[in-house]
Parts: sequence; structure tokens; C-alpha cells
Amino acid sequence: MLLQILFIVFSIAVLGLAILTVTVRNMFHASLTLVGSLFGVAALYILLEAEFLAVVQVMVYVGAIATLIIFAIMLSRNIMRSDIRSANDQWIEGLVAAVLLFIVLGLVVSRTGWQTVSAAAPADAIPAIGSALVGEYVIPFEVASVLLLVGMVGAIIIARERER
Amino acid sequence: MIPLSWYLIVAAALFCIGLYGALARRNAIGILMGVELMLNAANINLVAFWRYVRPEALTGQLFAIFVMTVAAAEVAVGLALIIAIYRSRETVNVEEVDLLRG
Repeated sequence: MLLQILFIVFSIAVLGLAILTVTVRNMFHASLTLVGSLFGVAALYILLEAEFLAVVQVMVYVGAIATLIIFAIMLSRNIMRSDIRSANDQWIEGLVAAVLLFIVLGLVVSRTGWQTVSAAAPADAIPAIGSALVGEYVIPFEVASVLLLVGMVGAIIIARERER
Repeated sequence: MIPLSWYLIVAAALFCIGLYGALARRNAIGILMGVELMLNAANINLVAFWRYVRPEALTGQLFAIFVMTVAAAEVAVGLALIIAIYRSRETVNVEEVDLLRG
């Protein structure tokens, strides 16, 4: 019962902050609500007994990605103004598409008989993840590291000031 | 125990909110935030299916870790592009970035 109440509280926090993220005019406030929403997702991971992912979520999203987004907002100064319109001309079409997609997904989720098992989560998940990353999943792991290196070099080259 | 469908409904709602943000924002950084919300919704689904369908396998968690890796690279390159566009056009409004329009 307590778990259900916690789940509902965290879900309302995640969804409410996400709605604020996509609607508030000031981009800086939007980035702060995005951080709150991603923090709530980490809480949902805890409820799912994926503690390692919860910590990674806080470090990667709340730590790194939020800092990057706030830096980008600070560097492009006139978007800190909150008096300009935040939605474009197709926001009604976008809203209709999002609501229709939610109706379809909701119907699919509620009408499918999900085959779940009630087994407990493995107690030693973190060592198992570590050995799987350098064992069975070593190729995706190495490809991910190359992707991060290429992304980092590319970001530095693209954002660098050109010498004239 | 919390039913699996609750997680799936929350993830679907989060995905649709992110989709609305990606479609309706004028600001390029706002669009990127919508994409982040959509990636997180997909991750909630992956972890929920791991926990409720095959908790003895690690595939769901590892896939979520790789999604986070790709999301981090995407944000870094996306924000670098936005800063480069801001340098040359003095705007991050996607409606005013129309150099390729015929």
C-alpha cells in the first residue's frame, strides 16, 4: 500500500514537472523543472529496484545534462527573456498528436494481458551488471565509449570559436 | 506490488508530454528538452519490463544504460549545434533558422 502511494506521488511529480517543462515561457525555469522531472524518474527506478540505474540517472541527467543545458541557455542570452512567445504556430496540431498518441498507447497498455512474474529482483545486480559490461556486452560497451569520444570531439569542434 | 501497467501508463504520458514539447516549442533548447523526456519515458518502460517480466536477466537495465549513453552524446552535440547556430544567426528560434528554404 505504501509503495502504491509513493508511486502515485512520484508519478504526479514527474508528469506535472514535465508539463511545466514543455509549457513555461522562461527557458531557465524550464530547465529547472526538467531537472526535477528527471529526479522523479530516478525515484521511479528506486521503486523498480534498479538502484544502479537510479544513481546513473542522477549523475548523468541531473549532474551532466542539466549543467550542459543551463550553460547553453546562459550562452545564448536573449532566450532568457520570458516575454517572447514560447509555442510555435503548430502547437494545436502538436497537442492533438500527443493526446491521440496517449489514447492509443493507453488502450494498448490497458487491453494487453501482461505476462508478469513475481520473482524478487536479484540481490547482486550491480556486480552482475559490471561483469556483463566487460563480458557478454563488451562490444556494445566499446562502441558506446567510441561514440562518446566522437560526440565529445564533435561538440568541441562545432561549438569552438572560429579564428578569423 | 505496483501493477506493471501503471508504469507503462506513466511512461506513455511522459512520452506524449515530451512529444508535445518537441513539436510545439519554438526554442531549439526546448525541443531538445522534449526529446530528453521522451528518452526517459522509453527508459522507464525498459526497466519496468526488466523488473516484471525477466528480473533474472540484465538485458533491460543494460539497454537503459546504453540509451543514457546515447542521450548524453546527443545532448552534447545538439547543444554545440545550437551554440554554433546562435553565433552565426543571433537566434535559437527554429522558425528563424531557414537558410535552406528555397
